[in-house]
Amino acid sequence: MSGLQIKGVTKRFGGFTAVDAIDLSVPDGSFVCLLGPSGCGKTTLLRMVAGLEEPTEGSIVVGGQDMTHVPTHKRGLGMVFQSLALFPHLTVGENIAYPLRIRGVEPAHRTDRVEELLELIRLPGVADRAINQLSGGQRQRVAIARALALSPKLFLLDEPLSALDAKLREAMQVELRQLQQKLGITTIVVTHDQREAMTMADLVVVMGQARIRQAAAPVEIYRKPADAFVADFIGSTNLLDFETDGAGRITVLGAPVAGLHPPAGLAAGKLSVRPEDVHLHQAGEGLTGKVGFVRDLGGTIETFVDVAGTTIVAVSTPRDRVAMHQGDDVGVVFPPEACVVLAH
Amino acid sequence: MLTVFFVVPFSIMIAVSFFQRDPAGFYSPDFVFDNYTRFLSPFFGGVLSFSLMLAITVAIVCVAISVPFTFCLARASRRVQTIWLVAMLSVLSLSEVIIGFAWSTLLSRTAGITNFFVAIGLMSEPRALLPGFGAVLTGMVYQALPYTVLILYPAIIRLDPTLMEAARTLGSSPLRAFFNVVVPALRNTIVATLIMVFVFALGSYLLPQILGRPRHWTLSVLITDQAILQSNMPFAAAMAVFLVLISLSLVALTVLVGARRETT
Repeated sequence: MSGLQIKGVTKRFGGFTAVDAIDLSVPDGSFVCLLGPSGCGKTTLLRMVAGLEEPTEGSIVVGGQDMTHVPTHKRGLGMVFQSLALFPHLTVGENIAYPLRIRGVEPAHRTDRVEELLELIRLPGVADRAINQLSGGQRQRVAIARALALSPKLFLLDEPLSALDAKLREAMQVELRQLQQKLGITTIVVTHDQREAMTMADLVVVMGQARIRQAAAPVEIYRKPADAFVADFIGSTNLLDFETDGAGRITVLGAPVAGLHPPAGLAAGKLSVRPEDVHLHQAGEGLTGKVGFVRDLGGTIETFVDVAGTTIVAVSTPRDRVAMHQGDDVGVVFPPEACVVLAH
Repeated sequence: MLTVFFVVPFSIMIAVSFFQRDPAGFYSPDFVFDNYTRFLSPFFGGVLSFSLMLAITVAIVCVAISVPFTFCLARASRRVQTIWLVAMLSVLSLSEVIIGFAWSTLLSRTAGITNFFVAIGLMSEPRALLPGFGAVLTGMVYQALPYTVLILYPAIIRLDPTLMEAARTLGSSPLRAFFNVVVPALRNTIVATLIMVFVFALGSYLLPQILGRPRHWTLSVLITDQAILQSNMPFAAAMAVFLVLISLSLVALTVLVGARRETT
């Protein structure tokens, strides 16, 4: 079996459990994002895959080989750190050539490989520069090139883009995804930025409180969150408590949602509706609320509607929106096909 | 402040070094080079080169021990770090005399560590490890070690720990990563520490007397001897000025070499 298998991996620091019995299978050549709030154990999990931490329990298998107790330097992987960890005393070329030097690659071949990698990251001709002569984005690319120098089987990145400004970060996300597809290398990225995960990943693994909450394709995570934690963490959503009435219909804020029935055995729970799925109509249809605030961002308009003491956010484009102002009475409609029913 | 407490005494010393010694009293103002010419003999040349060699050796040994030690210390828990740093500071508070006599007991035949080695069967009979060069070196390294660690500690604790981890993911064994990445990244700190310990060791005048033979005496010992026992202030001052000049030029040379390597 190729790819990466994480089997029942647990990591405890003293009495604190950082990673709790995680099972995950990553297919060969796929791009995985470990996504979660800080302290959810995603970095610890990545460090265990890299061999920088030893799991308390469980095993890590790469390409069919048990790597759990293999020291880092014999795992043959590439890793990019949050701090980038470029060696300040070496030039760009020497940094990229470092793993080749360690492996005893001849100087002539090293130079060729460095040129090839600089070409790959679209920074040709900077081999002789010092690290502190580069911009943040350039350093980022050099760190990537250095990690890829030995053509590793596994490419790990720990919050690689967090030091860059927003615009550059978005550009680098696309670039990183294209690079990964070009090389077909199994890649795991740790991030707390859900946009980053949605942009790059084949498989998004949402972690919370040391466990995996959901592992699925980005769109599925967004459209069909497994629980309230995932629904709330990925994008913004309206999370509403619901109950079931005598006729087996779901009622929210005192009114039934037409055409929506709970799964068997679930009498109460939470209903997740994305803001862009909330429809606002003239008062009288659906739930009745009062517009509390309108945020017009030009491209999209966010409307905050107060329904029986709960604020519901609706997002729409200016074109398909009925004109309304703060203080107006509106009808709030949840299309049943866009609602996700979750247990508490 | 600096003028009053540093420049003035130093100027007085330079002035005295050109004075004429008065055998009956102390010294009389004059301007002669006698004190310096007397110094240019094979005997003082030998003492000077021994003093410099000893100070350089102490500096190198101290740094060679302290860099890996401080590196491990910086990765230990906060509690362990505090205990070690407090222990280091308490050693620093000991005077040279106490260190000297403690080591002279520890290295002696009758009460020294060789008795312990005999007890555990490593040696057949106890023997004295002093006086000698090894004893002088041991005492001086012991004295300078806490100093070295405390100078290195702030720089090493600030060092990015992911540098070493990055080297490991790139295929370096931990030991190789240490020499490939940590030591070069700390190069300027290491050079500065070498100079500090060198200067510190150069001023040691009691340990060579307690733990060494007369041929292990340093220039500092002779300066003390001339100034206090022989009452020859002008000659002592001349030697002191000479020592300061030599060590200043050595330090300047080190900095210059370091700066040149930086630019290439």
